Amino acid sequence: MNKMAKDKYKEYEGVLPGSVLSLVKKEVEKSKLNDAQIKDLLNRTKEAYDKSLIAPGEDIGIVTAESFGEPGTQMVLRTFHLAGVSEMQVTEGLPRLIEIFDARETPNKPIINVYLKKEYTKDEKTIRKVASKIKEIQLESVASQFSLNLMKATVEVNLDSKRLTDYGLKASEILSALESSMKGVGVKLSGKKIILTPKEGETSLVEVYKLKEKAKSVIVRGIKGITQVLPMKKNNELVVLCAGTNFKGVLELDEVDDKRTFTNDIHDTAKVLGIEAARQAIINESLSVVQSQGLDIDIRHTLFLADLMTSNGKVQGITRGGITGAKESVLARATFETPIPHLVNASLIGEKDNLNSVIENVIINQPIPLGTGLPGLIAKKGKK
Amino acid sequence: MEQVYKKVGSITFGMMSPSMVRKTAAAKVVTPELYDKEGYPVDGGLMDVRLGIIDPGLRCKTCGGKLKECNGHFGFIDLARPVVHINYVKQILNILRCTCKGCSRILLADEKIKIQLAELDRIEKQHGADARRKAINALIVKLRLIKKCPHCNMKQGVVKIEKPTTYTENDRRITPIEVRTKLEKVSEEDIVLLGFNPQYAKPEWMILTVLSVPPVTARPSITLDTGERSEDDLTHKLGDIVRINQRLFENINAGAPEIIIEDLWDLLQYHITTFFDNTTSSVPPARHRSGQPLKTLVERIKSKDGRFRYNLAGKRVNFSARTVISPDPRIDFNEVGIPLEVAKELTVPDIVTEWNKDWLIEFIKRGPEIYPGANYVIRPDGKKKRITEETREQLLEELQPSYVVERHLMDGDISIFNRQPSLHRMSIMCHRIKILPGRSFRLNPAVCTPYNADFDGDEMNLHIPQTEEARTEAELLMSVQRHIISPKNGLNIIGCIDDSIAGNYLLTEEMSFTKQGAIDLLMSVGVDNGVKFRKFGKVVSGKEVFSAMLPDDFDFVGQTRDYKEGDTGETVVRIKSGVLVSGVIDKATIGEDNGSLIRALYHKYGEDVGIDILSKMFRLGTEVLGRRGFTTSVSDTDLSDSVNKRIKQLLDSAEEDVAKLMRTYEDGKLEALPGMGVDETLELRILEVLNNVRNKIGERIQETVSEDNSTIIMARSGAKGNILNLAQMAACVGQQSLSGRRIDVGYRGRTLSMFKPNDLSPKSRGFVNVGFKQGLKPHEYFYGAMTGRDSLMDTALRTPKSGYLYRRLANALQDLRVEYDHTVRDASKNILQFRYGEDGIDVSLSEGGTIDVKQIIKNILNE
Repeated sequence: MNKMAKDKYKEYEGVLPGSVLSLVKKEVEKSKLNDAQIKDLLNRTKEAYDKSLIAPGEDIGIVTAESFGEPGTQMVLRTFHLAGVSEMQVTEGLPRLIEIFDARETPNKPIINVYLKKEYTKDEKTIRKVASKIKEIQLESVASQFSLNLMKATVEVNLDSKRLTDYGLKASEILSALESSMKGVGVKLSGKKIILTPKEGETSLVEVYKLKEKAKSVIVRGIKGITQVLPMKKNNELVVLCAGTNFKGVLELDEVDDKRTFTNDIHDTAKVLGIEAARQAIINESLSVVQSQGLDIDIRHTLFLADLMTSNGKVQGITRGGITGAKESVLARATFETPIPHLVNASLIGEKDNLNSVIENVIINQPIPLGTGLPGLIAKKGKK
Repeated sequence: MEQVYKKVGSITFGMMSPSMVRKTAAAKVVTPELYDKEGYPVDGGLMDVRLGIIDPGLRCKTCGGKLKECNGHFGFIDLARPVVHINYVKQILNILRCTCKGCSRILLADEKIKIQLAELDRIEKQHGADARRKAINALIVKLRLIKKCPHCNMKQGVVKIEKPTTYTENDRRITPIEVRTKLEKVSEEDIVLLGFNPQYAKPEWMILTVLSVPPVTARPSITLDTGERSEDDLTHKLGDIVRINQRLFENINAGAPEIIIEDLWDLLQYHITTFFDNTTSSVPPARHRSGQPLKTLVERIKSKDGRFRYNLAGKRVNFSARTVISPDPRIDFNEVGIPLEVAKELTVPDIVTEWNKDWLIEFIKRGPEIYPGANYVIRPDGKKKRITEETREQLLEELQPSYVVERHLMDGDISIFNRQPSLHRMSIMCHRIKILPGRSFRLNPAVCTPYNADFDGDEMNLHIPQTEEARTEAELLMSVQRHIISPKNGLNIIGCIDDSIAGNYLLTEEMSFTKQGAIDLLMSVGVDNGVKFRKFGKVVSGKEVFSAMLPDDFDFVGQTRDYKEGDTGETVVRIKSGVLVSGVIDKATIGEDNGSLIRALYHKYGEDVGIDILSKMFRLGTEVLGRRGFTTSVSDTDLSDSVNKRIKQLLDSAEEDVAKLMRTYEDGKLEALPGMGVDETLELRILEVLNNVRNKIGERIQETVSEDNSTIIMARSGAKGNILNLAQMAACVGQQSLSGRRIDVGYRGRTLSMFKPNDLSPKSRGFVNVGFKQGLKPHEYFYGAMTGRDSLMDTALRTPKSGYLYRRLANALQDLRVEYDHTVRDASKNILQFRYGEDGIDVSLSEGGTIDVKQIIKNILNE
């Protein structure tokens, strides 16, 4: 690109939005246009852009709702197995879309896509190693038997040596994990047994039994909450899919590339990375649902919904407890769901409905403040 | 004409004080009797004529209005003993718990009250009324745990509620009278902290001493055919209340024992509770004699067929019609065919002026029976007169400017056409009326897509806007041509379908005409472009015929469906100065969603020219197909012996492959794919083989079937079907799959009892290796039925789910709009986006969501 052309673009910066301008640049590079033609192109693009600007008063909310509502009838209802992989499932289609828009606390099938730093993605062996480091292993799953020694008031844990080798765990690792997570409890290794002696003064049967139950769920390795790991090839790169919700724990690992790793749990994203990240997560997740269903919905609608759901700094769902419930108008809330509590609460504080939104004006047969109902005319009384 | 001269600015909610109930009441109800012997409403009864009237002929004693003029007036009942209002039970409990049982002050020290108040005000200012409510609830939870009053140091008892309406303090019952005195004593200052605004709601009003009686018009009785009257549920309930109330009065006055009085009091409480809410848990619902529960106040308001959603958010209309729809490819896209019967019933009000008086007089002369006539004349004073034999002469005589004549529908009138479910804005569009014989609504098949309509018995609704403003808005904003491009994705939702695609495809691909033939064809679809006709030679190619529709200054470069990167020639559609130079017209250029040519025309020439050319294109396509003749028959699926042989080979080798896979599996040599067990790997590999074989057969058929095979033409042009359908008919139906797997063996280890258990072979797991033409065996048919049922269930379960999602979205988003400063805001003016979609582009005005820079470049290069 020569200098002259660059100046041309400058003139249009701010006049055309960045996305359109970069599209023009991209297309110009592919074609062989001379300067005069580029100028012509920019001019015509500007013309086309002005023509396609949205009109003030446009009821853009309803358009977005329709754009998701109408194709919703074409989506599938099923939970699919992840490309034939056993056990690990992903929620897809309509149920997933509903889940995203509801902003449920945890998704039905939480999955963290773990990208690793370059040096760990070379071969499958290293990635397996990292994966096994992530997966949560409880003492229960490597022990063959838990028993109470009533005489000594201790708990005896028989380790399953086969499983230990499967997981590549050493007894000493388990020992130190137990020590750090059960303070004050005596931990001793004798042969293939681990003997737990309870704290001083907690030697009654009930307490020893409790100790046994507690010991079962001690995490001997991995990150709490990650129940499954699966190394997979994704766009020619080996990644680890993890079922579970501990996003923070995963990010803290040294091997993990924390810039690219993401989770499908929107609330977890908001907690760990902030609201802007949650917004992006909503966009990415709903886009992936829409695309996997082979639907074509413009990205503006997705952006719009994500912006709405995160507009007050918290992730709000499109439910009566979320966006709709936070509406200013009593009548708007009452029309949606559970009218009685809304009316009762409104009566207590003498709540005033200023009739700013659509549904109240429909109720009392007045023009709605959208589109052609928006502008008002004031006539000046002329002298006669 | 009626004029709106007042606008409702705001609505404030509040509670009714007893004195307000009395003040707004027109009558005191003292007797449960309804009518006397003559059937006249009893004075002081529930149907008192002072409360409004529901019988024709009577006049309201309060306002003097006749039926429909008087909206009714409230009455009241003086309750013998106070009673708890069921909807405020929780609030009463909160106040009892959070105030001192001795001095009735809030259980919060004076200095803390001030701080707390300031805090609440701050929260409300920052986060709104809802946040304040939450903060108050948190405060209440804290206060009710306080054991000692900070004001009078009294020890606090435990207040509990025995559902539904009984309060106890330290396990001793406190009567509503006591509750009311406690509530009365709470100071205005304290009550604010508990979420009350004393200006609108005093706590003691939550205990009812008088009961407001809704007007008669809100609970009209129905007269049955037998002459018997059937009263409304509310009237029944009110009757119960009055009856018990009277008895309670009498017993109190007679000095009856306390037990009897308390029983009656509880009964009164029950009736009043169910009068408000007959669905309260822990209260047995009041029932009709038939056992069906009464529908009282809360049920009237609540849920889908309650007041809000049924009557207030959705309203009934006049001037509408509904009937079955049927197709008519010869009318325009923005027309709708109307039966004469409908046209004579629906009317358009025309204001009489000096200029149209003579014209309208003719309508009145013809009257309601003869089309086109008129049904009503409206005088300037608003009186509406039906035109009959008797009134006609009189009306004709007095007719003068400013009268309004309601004339029958005529060609070209504006109408609004709609099909439910109205899922997007293209579900309700404006069409011009076209009166047609027959009894169904007629629409062009191309507008089926936006309505999602078909003609298997669908019905649609038609509305006639009655004011000039409504007509103008409908025409400018709702007409079909405004909605060619969907705001969902910026692609055209209206385009050529079925026959018109096949027709245009054949026309531009292979056909040629004599000059006369070409002109005849074009004239028959409404193209009369003499300039282009003159350019026709002796032999006119189909491309030339197609070009005759295009404007002379139209340039376009596009691709056909078969286009591959780098192609030149017939897969590139090139239009230069309104002449189709190369390329075949198919679904990719004129079809729905993909019609790049349609959008190019629309963007360049605007909606009116765009829809005109589009509808000519549509008619041309169908007309060509009609004149040429086009049929698809069983012989389309005939295959040559060599192909049949080849297909058999393919099937055999697939079977062989599967057998091989199974052998390696049984030998334990099958290598598992990453993350999968061996069983799953086997299944996946088998499925792969079986799915592949059908595709291969499809390819084989496509290679060998002759060019003029109608099924192939339809598939290639994109009109209907694809090559796989042909393969299914001719050779192999293929693997039936349930949720992405082969049909499962279930608990018994086999799909059907005709197979051995644990048979993994293709045919026992849903593979159909013959085509539909050869016919399916019973078990093969059964597999088809299984997948068919599965998809039916999926649809049936999905519809309500997606419907609810849509309702929630619509409710949450309906107030959001683009402001004049281009920001996107909600009803409270909070900014959501500074520019819509970050660039301010309206998707329905865009090309697939952006500016079509490519097309602009192509056009520049083309010039």
